[in-house]
Amino acid sequence: MSRDLSTGGAINEAIAIAMRSDPDVILMGEDVAGGGDRSKDGTEEMGGVLGTTRGLIGEFGMNRVRDTPIAEMGLLGTAVGAAATGLRPIAELMFMDFLGTGLDPLLNQASKLRYMFGGKVKVPLTVRTVSGAGMQAAAQHSQSLYWMTTGIPGLKTVIPSSPADAKGLLLASIRDDDPVIFCEAKGILNQVGPVPEDDYEIPLGVANVVREGSDVSLVGFGATVGIAMKAAKALEGAGTSAEVLDLRSLSPLDESAILTSLEKAGRMVVIDESTPRCSIARDVAALCVDRGFDFLNAPVKCVTAPHTPVPFSRALEKAFMPSAQDVLDAVAEMG
Amino acid sequence: MELSRDTLLETYRRMRTIRAFEEKLHELVVAGKIGGFMHLYAGQEAVAVGVCSNLGDEDLVGSTHRGHGHCIAKGVDVKAMIAELFGRSTGTNKGKGGSMHIADVDRGMLGANGIVGGGIPLVTGAALTAQVKDSGRVAVGFFGDGATNQGQFHESLTMAANWKLPAVYVCENNGFGEFTPTEFVVPVKDIVERAASYGMRAEIADGMDFFDVYEKAGRAIELARQGEGPTLLECKTYRFHGHYVGDATPYRNKEEAEDWIQNRDPLDLFERKVTESGVVAGGDLREVDGEVDALLRSAVEEAESAPNPEPSDVLTDVYVEYPS
Repeated sequence: MSRDLSTGGAINEAIAIAMRSDPDVILMGEDVAGGGDRSKDGTEEMGGVLGTTRGLIGEFGMNRVRDTPIAEMGLLGTAVGAAATGLRPIAELMFMDFLGTGLDPLLNQASKLRYMFGGKVKVPLTVRTVSGAGMQAAAQHSQSLYWMTTGIPGLKTVIPSSPADAKGLLLASIRDDDPVIFCEAKGILNQVGPVPEDDYEIPLGVANVVREGSDVSLVGFGATVGIAMKAAKALEGAGTSAEVLDLRSLSPLDESAILTSLEKAGRMVVIDESTPRCSIARDVAALCVDRGFDFLNAPVKCVTAPHTPVPFSRALEKAFMPSAQDVLDAVAEMG
Repeated sequence: MELSRDTLLETYRRMRTIRAFEEKLHELVVAGKIGGFMHLYAGQEAVAVGVCSNLGDEDLVGSTHRGHGHCIAKGVDVKAMIAELFGRSTGTNKGKGGSMHIADVDRGMLGANGIVGGGIPLVTGAALTAQVKDSGRVAVGFFGDGATNQGQFHESLTMAANWKLPAVYVCENNGFGEFTPTEFVVPVKDIVERAASYGMRAEIADGMDFFDVYEKAGRAIELARQGEGPTLLECKTYRFHGHYVGDATPYRNKEEAEDWIQNRDPLDLFERKVTESGVVAGGDLREVDGEVDALLRSAVEEAESAPNPEPSDVLTDVYVEYPS
């Protein structure tokens, strides 16, 4: 049975299911309870700045749902230590931009403990974080920094594109024995769609063909899958059959699905919300050149944000963000 | 003297093992037999052993770049440690960690740490696990005076105090953060003054005196175990070597260093106390010396002939599971 939920609602449900099914799962972060369960006077709790975790404190209590100080390094480092000693924490990094104040526990601890210790420890940590532009949150609350975590061996990076995928990928991430950075793109947080009620997992490292097509492959992830779908519909009207491939996870990366789609269509556009340098888009393009050169009928095109900070003004932010029109232009350029 | 003869001998064995281990490493590094960055713990033995003698196998410790002493005090196998420092597959970390990451989670040793202050939140997390699971375990974090300037220190102690976690934070104040005297970069006279801002209990111990550390750490660990929250314990100590092997210590006052090394050696202080009390005879300690030296000789011999990891091992242990 499915019913319509927002992505935020699907994430909330996934956390609740994970916490019900495993007493070692805890939730911690800034405002994740948000005033809840202190006075028991009926005051409504916030459940995070976007309300994603609202209500969980009521069901699971203060031992397992913990408001932390606004101290990203401390909260992430503590979550790593908890993961290495027997818990399965879900830590919330309110915005991905805050990697700046919280990076060491991910860069030098979570990602490396298992390797440094010769495989004798596991770090089953999930860091949920909100990425991307689109809320006029400006330069320090809008970055898509998944390229950074994807580039760190030992971490996994996951980014869903729909409410149903968010639930299944988050459950898989929480139950995964490695540290996972789970990106919740602003562009899909309020998107509403059918979400199955049951407990299900979507495997990490397996891309999803959202739409079959044969003339061009549009590769997206997170919010850019929606952009790709919009472009695909427009292309259909012009007689071009576009395939849409959702990567779902950036590390592990489903390289064979990318190459299969390229082989089928011969042309590819990769759409990435982040800035272009060292981006996932260019990583995928490099893969196509390196291992799919014989399939290429045209250069791989990357549609990304420009190499700038994220601007505030709605007019500027719109110009910054990749759009379906940018995808259509890229396809047109390929001839 | 409340401790039994056997306990005192075991205490001496641990401190003497750390000292001999570090002096042997110094020799091996200088001889070019082992590589990497090597930070020696000699001089600070009373801290590691004084604290860890209060811990059970199930309790957890986190450590620093100067971590060999904490490993030995927590009961990590010395032969496997030496093998690790030789980079052998038989090492504690299968040759993948080396000195700055030496660890044995099976012994509750959550690793040395190459990031100054990096072990402090890990220990805080271990204490969180203990609290959530109500396991009765205590987590102890060792770190230096330099680490108390790091954000990780302040953030972790804030959280631990808020949540009354079963943790003890042991600052080994050896007077220098790398090559810079502590008073140049720490704006308070004693590190314990910082505890007031977290509303945390704090105490100073003589880090050269096993008995003082043992007693004060014991109290802090017991309070943590009873749910009374964390303590910051500052142990005033001194490192006999430089920051790392190869550091000629031009920055430190020769007379001061000589005074610490000649007059305040924690092993000498321990020996004087236990022999004067009559519980242990000097001959008993010399017997331990011989056993420790023999253990290290065979540890080095075994490590030298142990196999290196296979080149293909570079690819393993990154993830529990990672589809290719």
